[in-house]
Amino acid sequence: MSSAVREIDNTLDVPGQRAALITGGHDLGSLTDVACAPWEAPRPPRAWYIAFGLSLALLAVLGAMIGYLVLNGVGVWGLNNPTGWAFDITNFVFWVGIGHAGTLISAILFLFRQKWRTSINRFAEAMTIFAVVCAGVFPGIHVGRIWLAYWLAPLPNQMAMWPNFRSPLLWDVFAVGTYATVSMLFWYVGMIPDLATFRDRARSKWKQVVYGLLALGWTGSSRHWHRFERAYLILAALATPLVLSVHSVVSFDFAVSQLPGWHTTIFPPYFVAGAIFGGFAMVLTLAIPARELFGLKNIITPRHLDNMCKITLLTGSIVGYAYLLEFFTAWYSGNPYESFVFKARALGPYAWAYWTMIGCNVVAPQLFWFKAFRTRVWLILLVVMCVNIGMWFERFVIIVTSLSQDFLPSSWDYFRPTWVDLLTLAGSFGLFFTLFLLFCRYLPMVAMAEVKTVLPLTDPRAHPHPHVPATRAFDYNPDEFDPAATSNPRDAREERP
Amino acid sequence: MNGASPANAGGPQRPGTGRGGPVLRGLLVEFDSPGALITAAERVRDAGYTRWDTHSPFPVHGIDAAMGIRPTRLPWIVLALGVIGCITGLALQWWTNAADARHFPWVPVHLQGYTFHVSGKPLFSLPANIPVIFEMTVLLAALGAVVGMLAMNNLPLHHRPLLALTRFKRATCDRFFVYVDAADPRFDPAGTPEFLATLGAAAIEPVEEVVDSGRLPRGLTIAGLFIVCLALLPPLLAAKARVSKSEQPRFNIIADMDNQERFKAQQAHALFADGRASRPPVAGTLARGDLRGDPHFYEGRVAGEFAATFPPQVQITEGSIRRGQQRFNIYCAPCHGLGGAGDGIVAQRALNLDTPGWVAPTSLLDPLVVERPVGHLFNTITNGIRTMPPYGDQIAEMDRWAIIAYVRTLERSQNARLEDVPAELRSELR
Ligand code: HEC
Repeated sequence: MSSAVREIDNTLDVPGQRAALITGGHDLGSLTDVACAPWEAPRPPRAWYIAFGLSLALLAVLGAMIGYLVLNGVGVWGLNNPTGWAFDITNFVFWVGIGHAGTLISAILFLFRQKWRTSINRFAEAMTIFAVVCAGVFPGIHVGRIWLAYWLAPLPNQMAMWPNFRSPLLWDVFAVGTYATVSMLFWYVGMIPDLATFRDRARSKWKQVVYGLLALGWTGSSRHWHRFERAYLILAALATPLVLSVHSVVSFDFAVSQLPGWHTTIFPPYFVAGAIFGGFAMVLTLAIPARELFGLKNIITPRHLDNMCKITLLTGSIVGYAYLLEFFTAWYSGNPYESFVFKARALGPYAWAYWTMIGCNVVAPQLFWFKAFRTRVWLILLVVMCVNIGMWFERFVIIVTSLSQDFLPSSWDYFRPTWVDLLTLAGSFGLFFTLFLLFCRYLPMVAMAEVKTVLPLTDPRAHPHPHVPATRAFDYNPDEFDPAATSNPRDAREERP
Repeated sequence: MNGASPANAGGPQRPGTGRGGPVLRGLLVEFDSPGALITAAERVRDAGYTRWDTHSPFPVHGIDAAMGIRPTRLPWIVLALGVIGCITGLALQWWTNAADARHFPWVPVHLQGYTFHVSGKPLFSLPANIPVIFEMTVLLAALGAVVGMLAMNNLPLHHRPLLALTRFKRATCDRFFVYVDAADPRFDPAGTPEFLATLGAAAIEPVEEVVDSGRLPRGLTIAGLFIVCLALLPPLLAAKARVSKSEQPRFNIIADMDNQERFKAQQAHALFADGRASRPPVAGTLARGDLRGDPHFYEGRVAGEFAATFPPQVQITEGSIRRGQQRFNIYCAPCHGLGGAGDGIVAQRALNLDTPGWVAPTSLLDPLVVERPVGHLFNTITNGIRTMPPYGDQIAEMDRWAIIAYVRTLERSQNARLEDVPAELRSELR
């Protein structure tokens, strides 16, 4: 697991040629070796242990905070009247949003035939699931008597009591529940062939049994692959509208209410763009250390980072535009309450949060116009860290500024988080990273079967063969194969120990 | 289902079903490139084999045509489940929030829906129902895609002769295989290997399986049975709790302040010298109502019998009767009707709804009531009677007597003769 893998700059675009998606001149076997190396290594790199220890400690903090909350009630948070929602729902929206980039990469880019997604889709999907887990914690614990949280679901009961299906909060239950389930299915189904690879490479008995069970007896049969690919395509087609619906529904929590600053039709598209923006920032935050640590630089190449930076730039600009448009709508509506809220956001007691958000979400991503910022990992990390912070503040600004100064000045109050609020937020990162680090070590981080299909040599027509029919949905386009790129003189094969 | 993988189909002719000896299951041919696999697949297909398959670490493009795999019917399963999800979502919302439970009395209570009124919103409006319908559609369709794919692929299936081969381990890494099942009608122990050898393979290997009795090992069966029995315990305990009675209070995992520590009346407690938990009143104190020494006025009783006359403090004047009318219209008319005939709006609605077990309010004009002493009426208002609730807490004594005076007036007016009307007003009646 050396980080001595040399990096090849494949971000240059030569007109008429496609840059190679996988560098290092890998064949099927060596690619499998590289992708399995993090799992096959007798022990993970030291950095993994350090990160895991830290995450575990934070996870313990989360557990303690939740326990404290359950024993004492939501009074331990800084909530007041009128600010009945603050960190809880901010964290919820933040984490759900993070998840969306994973689905975007795995489903939408799949439908658009963006082959570069294959290198990053597996762990982007994993990120989705872990983010949704973190998100699910918050609505669960913010209900107060959490042992009654099952009332959220329409379960038959002796009280003949049902949820109110005309409430966006209930739509949320269904949207997030479906999203979590479908993301899980998508992730697991895609992983079956790779789990089979692990099963076949496993040396210890218990690994063979565990991965064998997980792989369901997959043999790579072509008849199976046929249905597998169809199922995968259908799942992608289902997940695409799903991911758009989820954050739209989350935005309905606000947009359907009548609070100034919430009651706007721009919310659904603006929330979705923000989610993808924040999600890509998180994918980059995870991808950069992971490729460094686990020697995946030839699989997650500079071109992948470059592409992701560009999407971050695009969605960041959409988000910036939405911020502007909110002000315009407030002014154009002629509604004094609406205008007041927006003035108060920029100049009122929470101006510090508002300008943090603008700086991090609008200004910082604009740096990605410069190539240097898209190719130097430290600069990328710097920008995406800003975005991670900014996206959290976006939700905080939306929720807290609107609530703390509502229609009646006599009821205004300033929200101050308590130490429990802050530690719970920190703890949720512990949960996220603990799951993610376990995933890096114990599950196939790279979608090997999928990456193999974008290797030029796996195209049957790269070999002289007359009978292959030319029309198939998943055909690899041989024009995309640029032999010059893989036999690039700058290219160096990975030095494996 | 267009042909499950023959590698896992046992084959109709299980040769030599006895224990022990290895049995030829099929032949495995290895290739090192997807192109070679496709050429080989076309040859096998053209040779007329039907129970065979190819295996590759990734979906090889063009293999479907080369093998003659027809498009899967999976999308139809997904469509069907999507439609079911859509209808379920719609029906769920209608049933739980918009269905009138009274029309479905046969549905058990815990499954009954009802008309759920929320801030004047329509009970059933599609726009509000779309998110849940959509999510249910996607959820079921996605489950259909995954479960359908696994089922059609005959997965999970862990016991496969192929998986036991070391050579085959590279099928998930970098090698490509053709597998011809021995159960194929065209399979010929001598001819088939010869034919396969002409495919340009890197290697050919027979796939053998040691046939066992196919029964689970004894230990596993016992362990399985034991676990099943254990798993049955909780539901059995729950079922027993439903039918048996217990002196103990209900077991409450989360108390929610249902049971709080407190003293009950008559309870013994060692804390006080007299050993009683409830304290007697301090000497010289009076409880509420202790000063009501006049049973005629406060209870409508004289010497223990219902009083036939109004108590002396009650002055029957036009003013007090009007007061009684006003109180009557507030407290009694909803059930007994403005005229006292037992036809108040509550009674009418109950009749319209055909409410089972409904006891109609007595008509106050009924001779039974007319003959009741006033003390009895007083007692009826104060303490209620049979199904009629008591109103003593809401109506002061003086008002109760005023109501009774009004009820008596009503009775007189409803059973009145012409002579009862003062002579100077009689002309106005015609
Ligand atoms: C909630 C409906 C309701 C209201 C309000 C109500 N009643 Fe009744 N009342 C009844 C019903 C029902 C009965 C018949 C009870 C039975 O037969 O079980 C009844 C019976 C009576 C009777 C006959 C009792 C007998 O001697 O058999 C009298 C008298 C009477 N009500 C007086 C009054 C007066 C006076 C008031 C106002 C203070 C009043 N009720 C308010 C429901 C009502």
